[in-house]
Amino acid sequence: MPTDVNGGLATFSDQLILATVLLYVFAMIGYALDLGFGRSSRKTGTTGAAVPSLAASGTAARAKVAAGGAVQTLDRPAGASGGEDTGAGPEGSEAGRRTPAWAAHAATVAVALSWLGWAANLGAIATRGLAVGRWPWGNMYEFVVAICFAAVTAFLVMQARLPVRFLGAFVSLAAALGLGFAVRYLHVQAGPVVPALNSYWIAIHVTAAICASGLFILAGVAGVLYLARGEGPSRLPGRAELDRVAHRAIVIAFPIWTFAVIAGALWADKAWGRYWGWDPKEVWSFIAWIAYAAYLHARATAGWRGRAAVIIQLVAFGCLLFNLIGVNIFLSGLHSYAQVP
Amino acid sequence: MTTTEQTQDVQAAPAGLGPVGWLRWAWRLLTSMRTALILLFLFALASVPGSIYPQRSISPDKVAQYFKDSPQAAAWLDRLWLFDVFTSPWFAATYLLLFISLAGCVLPRAAAHWRELRRRPPAAPRNLSRLPQHAYFRTGEAATVESLAAVLRARRFRTVTGPGWVAAEKGYLRETGNLLFHAALLALLIAVGAGGLYGYRGNVLLVEGNGFANTVSAYDRYIPGQRVSPDSLEPFSFTLKDFQATYVAAGERRGQPLDFSASLRVADHPGAPERPYELRVNEPLEVNGTQTYLLGHGYAPTFKVLDGKGQVAFEGPVPCLTADQVTYTSECVIKVPDALPEQLGFLVRFLPTTVPAADGSWISIFPGMANPTAQVFAFSGDLGMNTGRPQSVYQLDTAKLKPLVMGLKTKPLAVGDTLPLPGGAGSIQLTGVREWISLQIAYDPGRGPALVAAALAVLGLVLSLTVRRRRVWVRVTEDGDGAARTVDVGGLPRTEGGDTAFAEEFGQIVTALTGVAPPSGAEDGPEPPGGSEDRAAPPRGSKDDEAAPRHQAEAGRSVTSSQEAEAGPAASPQGVKDAH
Ligand code: HEM
Repeated sequence: MPTDVNGGLATFSDQLILATVLLYVFAMIGYALDLGFGRSSRKTGTTGAAVPSLAASGTAARAKVAAGGAVQTLDRPAGASGGEDTGAGPEGSEAGRRTPAWAAHAATVAVALSWLGWAANLGAIATRGLAVGRWPWGNMYEFVVAICFAAVTAFLVMQARLPVRFLGAFVSLAAALGLGFAVRYLHVQAGPVVPALNSYWIAIHVTAAICASGLFILAGVAGVLYLARGEGPSRLPGRAELDRVAHRAIVIAFPIWTFAVIAGALWADKAWGRYWGWDPKEVWSFIAWIAYAAYLHARATAGWRGRAAVIIQLVAFGCLLFNLIGVNIFLSGLHSYAQVP
Repeated sequence: MTTTEQTQDVQAAPAGLGPVGWLRWAWRLLTSMRTALILLFLFALASVPGSIYPQRSISPDKVAQYFKDSPQAAAWLDRLWLFDVFTSPWFAATYLLLFISLAGCVLPRAAAHWRELRRRPPAAPRNLSRLPQHAYFRTGEAATVESLAAVLRARRFRTVTGPGWVAAEKGYLRETGNLLFHAALLALLIAVGAGGLYGYRGNVLLVEGNGFANTVSAYDRYIPGQRVSPDSLEPFSFTLKDFQATYVAAGERRGQPLDFSASLRVADHPGAPERPYELRVNEPLEVNGTQTYLLGHGYAPTFKVLDGKGQVAFEGPVPCLTADQVTYTSECVIKVPDALPEQLGFLVRFLPTTVPAADGSWISIFPGMANPTAQVFAFSGDLGMNTGRPQSVYQLDTAKLKPLVMGLKTKPLAVGDTLPLPGGAGSIQLTGVREWISLQIAYDPGRGPALVAAALAVLGLVLSLTVRRRRVWVRVTEDGDGAARTVDVGGLPRTEGGDTAFAEEFGQIVTALTGVAPPSGAEDGPEPPGGSEDRAAPPRGSKDDEAAPRHQAEAGRSVTSSQEAEAGPAASPQGVKDAH
């Protein structure tokens, strides 16, 4: 068991985190400029777009729907017609506004800065892991750093495939705040972990929890924007689009979270002699799981789609955050060795 | 989706129905999606107090402390089962309702899915160009319904053909996965319940050199399930040869534990040859499904007590409670009821690594054993053990005892030192130090099934959230002379959210279909696949492409009509779903 810590490497990791925060802040400014002044802060249409005969088939389909009794469909996002649902309003007016020449580059620069920050973040995690010779998520500080990394990764991967660059400013902000919080309030010197954490299960269970949390952050950001954005014209994409982004992230994250909880139970079975014992951490990961399941159900329930579902999603996100941070600080249990300074 | 209909039925609450009608109504209410949603919330909410108040099953000592600190509040909390949340009737009520609702939802849906699995995809709608995805191309006469259907089958669509058309559908695994997930949750609950009924758990404290045989009487605490008979315990035994704890020796984290390891010699059944086993945290000992876990450890100094008559009144190890987890300062009690002329009692402070403190007292500064000493407080008199009331071995009832040796500042005993008691009451000698470990032994026959159910739940969940249901229709029309044909292809995604992927897949399908019988004339080349991909791909390229729908939306800019236009494609999957 490695007990000696490579102090130089650990210090380097701490410096890399500071660089990461700076890069994320700069990236955030870039995204914000792009969002505020860029011409097309988002590309139109995430999906197969409207067919020419759209109006005609719309009427036909509506007749069928009415027969099926689902009046809700009317205010539902138009799945197949992609980003058109914001209507022509906001974009039409934007096209008329003059765009500063530099603004076109803001987005490119922001994405580049994000990737740089991402690399620094990855470097910080890797050097910390190498410095202590173990998986670098053994305490709250390391855990929060990894989750911020996961959130930025989720965003960067998603924006490479889908037009979700508008999330950039907010995800970068969340990541910068998260890292700042970790550095200021959670930082502990690099070191070995207690025997209970010394297991290959940390690689499985905690990694899954981190990945899921990163995606849940993305969904949470989209959810907050959904509520912050009115129905009217806005620089942000339409509510339907925000809803879709959040749903997409949660659909990926939920099975991963489920797996993380189950892996936790398997580990508990190895370490504590029972797979489920209602330890506070277990209770709250279960609550968050149930709440996200409720969100998925709400989206499939008439009368709960849209705003109500978004609120459920954010409540679930609150439970998740409380589980990640609050439980370690306010409630004591078997998981309390997570070393809060 | 039948759920919408269901909810509406529920809202139309019955007026003047017979008992059967009411029952049916109640069943519908209980199994509606909305009720499931509310029950999910209640379930989550119901578990919150379990994380706030100490729970008897987890930390009984904290519950006792709560009763001591605020007896009145505790009595009330206890009346509401708030110290036993997860075994309380109201918690059971929420999850039972939830699982009845779940069963009531899974069974009919499974039946419906079974029927649907055996039904053929519905025939092509009259006008394929109204579907969200549409393309057409001209082709030679080799493009028969059968050869086109074969292309779709090769892509693992289920197909049915009619005169001049093919209907194909794919993605049934979505619903299968969803049902699997919900059924697996039911199975998980059953496995957990069965494990509780047929399993048991218990705790043991074992000092180095001592042995344990798995019988009910050997446990310090034994919690059997209702269906466990005492003779069914796996008859293994083991001896603790040695326990080793390693700590960080220097630096900021000095004293942090690094590794605990207990060397056991295990006999799997009586008479079996002994085998060595290194018991560690995260590495339990398993004998035939019964697991033994290393939970904690502490010190058990050994003492020899001579009484006033010079007889050995006590000799052996005394397990101490760890008073401080950082320094392992420990507290022990020795009761010597056989001492003459008077009974003797001792309170001991054990310090594993002793140093003098500034104020003249002695403290421990490290959890490992570098300089072990024991500070002894001696009493003589009546230990109060004959009152019939049960006494804790970790507490000394000093009511009828008189102090003999007191004082934190007297130099503590090192190993080998003897402390003579005043007034010829005898002496006490610290003869050595051993360590103890605390173990949990658990047998839970539900573990395996619960794991299988959980794995199935994840599998079902992944299927249910990633597989998309979609339909494709193909219609073949003969052109005038019969030599060339026009093939119309329409596609309908039946799952929300996967439209981009479907548009892509649709493009590939159309390309594959054109390959069945490439037309001879170049000018007849397959035009629309490209077109359909254009429509599909975000961002939309050309101005012309955008012009048409945009124009329509703006022409009827009154909100409803533009919404109607938008509702169209999204609504149609739903519409078709409802129609069937
Ligand atoms: C422990 C409780 C439950 C959990 C964790 C759970 C979880 C889920 C999940 C993750 C989905 C997938 C949603 C989607 O397709 O987007 C789902 C779908 C569904 N659940 Fe549950 N469920 C639970 C209980 C129930 C109960 C009690 C019912 C019955 C009333 C129910 C009915 C449904 C239905 C009808 C769907 C399909 C929704 C759709 O078509 O999208 N669930 N459930």
